[in-house]
Amino acid sequence: MNVNSNASIIEVQDLTRVFGNFTAVDRISFEVRRGEIFGFLGANGAGKTTAIRMLTGLLIPTSGRAEVAGFDVFTHPESIKKNIGYMSQKFSLFNDLTVFENLRFYGGIYGLSTRDIRHKTDELLERLDLAGVRDRLIRDLPLGWKQKLAFSTAVIHEPAIVFLDEPTGGVDPITRRQFWDLMYETADRGTTVFVTTHYMDEAEYCDRVSIMVDGRIDALGTPAGLRKTYGAKNVDEVFVKLARGGSV
Amino acid sequence: MRIIFFILQKEFLQIFRNRLMLGFILVVPIIQLMILTYAATFEIRNIDFFVVDHDHSPESRALIDRFVASENFRLTGWSASAADGELALLGNKAVMVLQIPAHTGRDLVRDGSAPVSLRFDAVDGFTANVASQYAMQIIRRHNEVAGVAHLASIEPAPTGIAQIGINVSRWYNPHLDYKIYMVPGILVMLITVIGGFLTGMNVVREKEIGTIEQLNVTPITKFQFIIGKLMPFMILALVIFSFGLLLARFWFEVPFEGSLMLIYLIAATYLLVVLGLGLLVSTVTHTQQQAIFITWFVFVIFILLSGLFTPIDSMPGWAQYLTWANPVAWFIDIIRRVMLTGADMQDIWSSYLVLLAYGVAFIGSAVLRYRKAAA
Repeated sequence: MNVNSNASIIEVQDLTRVFGNFTAVDRISFEVRRGEIFGFLGANGAGKTTAIRMLTGLLIPTSGRAEVAGFDVFTHPESIKKNIGYMSQKFSLFNDLTVFENLRFYGGIYGLSTRDIRHKTDELLERLDLAGVRDRLIRDLPLGWKQKLAFSTAVIHEPAIVFLDEPTGGVDPITRRQFWDLMYETADRGTTVFVTTHYMDEAEYCDRVSIMVDGRIDALGTPAGLRKTYGAKNVDEVFVKLARGGSV
Repeated sequence: MRIIFFILQKEFLQIFRNRLMLGFILVVPIIQLMILTYAATFEIRNIDFFVVDHDHSPESRALIDRFVASENFRLTGWSASAADGELALLGNKAVMVLQIPAHTGRDLVRDGSAPVSLRFDAVDGFTANVASQYAMQIIRRHNEVAGVAHLASIEPAPTGIAQIGINVSRWYNPHLDYKIYMVPGILVMLITVIGGFLTGMNVVREKEIGTIEQLNVTPITKFQFIIGKLMPFMILALVIFSFGLLLARFWFEVPFEGSLMLIYLIAATYLLVVLGLGLLVSTVTHTQQQAIFITWFVFVIFILLSGLFTPIDSMPGWAQYLTWANPVAWFIDIIRRVMLTGADMQDIWSSYLVLLAYGVAFIGSAVLRYRKAAA
């Protein structure tokens, strides 16, 4: 086994997913270390969401191997689900429930006690500056607030890993900054953050990033390391080089 | 258990927050019960009839008066010529022609019996059938009241039904009140629609919005999810069912001969079938439109073949076999027997087991089909 296995919380080897004759994810291999913010970059349709759905137990892989939080995605997807949080690209909160009712529901589902739920929701709302809208319906809130709340529900049970699928899509720059602050806080408390994005400036905030092109991971490393390897000013340039087919 | 509680809490909050849907759930059943019970009637009033009286005796007039006095018949013409009677039938002026031969009055007094004839336009076989039964009922009553022996109709009517001298006793529904027959059936339809449609739509809606993916990535088990989704609608349907029972008992004055506990047990078992079907549909559809369309298609066939509107006995043989595969038909049959005839579990256990088997089968296949992960 890998010498780093203690430190790595996600281990993926040759993970593949085929839909008909289309290979959405093509033998990707990587590992994510405990407590880091791992950026999973790629253009639309590169296979990011498919990969994330396999790692969260929503989609059964065609072949390969993957362990998340110590559990195999093929044999123990339900054990994985106890240890992760997931914020999908699709909207995940119930529009016809209030902020508190949503948080209470997800807290309850993850087995938090009634006291913990109350405590956690108060704390989360305080931190998000959203205490004032505790009893408002989700449908009446602006998108940025909803996204922050969706993030909160994904981490209400303090999971080992949280998967965020384009959490900042369609969100204004200020809220985006706040979002990254939230992710840093979450990572500081020991939760590994696995985040997909196609905003390349955000890639610079990650500890390490991988860049996916056409179902394959073409580059993986720290933002500084990638800039150096590809002789680029920033990750954006690295990405454009890769996406245009200029491999190493 | 605790997780199921949180799911139930969420479902009920959502149901009660959707005012439009809630109104739909609560008001529609009442409207259905009121309108359908009064509209879907087997009773026919004002059947047009024509009289050909060759006799012109006090006896013949007494018989005609009895028809005229009945709410079921309406006299459209009177003639002494048999040809006029035929014209009335041919010209759609009458559904029935009552023909009284000459000397009927004399024969009645002398022999104690005399024939009259009834002819029907049997294009609408159902109406002709009902009309002939009404007519015979009137003649029979006339015989009793008039104290004469038998006023018999000999000439077979086109339907071949008109015969007399049958001693009919009607059990359980002595006055042939169609409401007593219809109400239990319409109660069935009510909870079928509520249970089947709402369950399917509810789950598919979560698919459409995307929240189902969020649920699938939590540790909620299939079992918890399905209980959490079925229970609210089971409860809701039983509440509506109770409401319908109250209306049946106190508004329509349907007698409750059987045990109320048994009625609820049967209803709950039947709801397993309906909710299971709704859930099953939701596992194979992606939008609410698809779910509604499939559910509607299935239930229309089930309801038409259930014996609610058309007696199963009058269906063609192959359709009668189909009704054996129809849980709605089983339920209507059982609930009518329990409500109207006071059947107990011993009387209905075999039919009940069929219903239960359907429930287990539908729920079972829904559970098997529901997947937390896409293959």
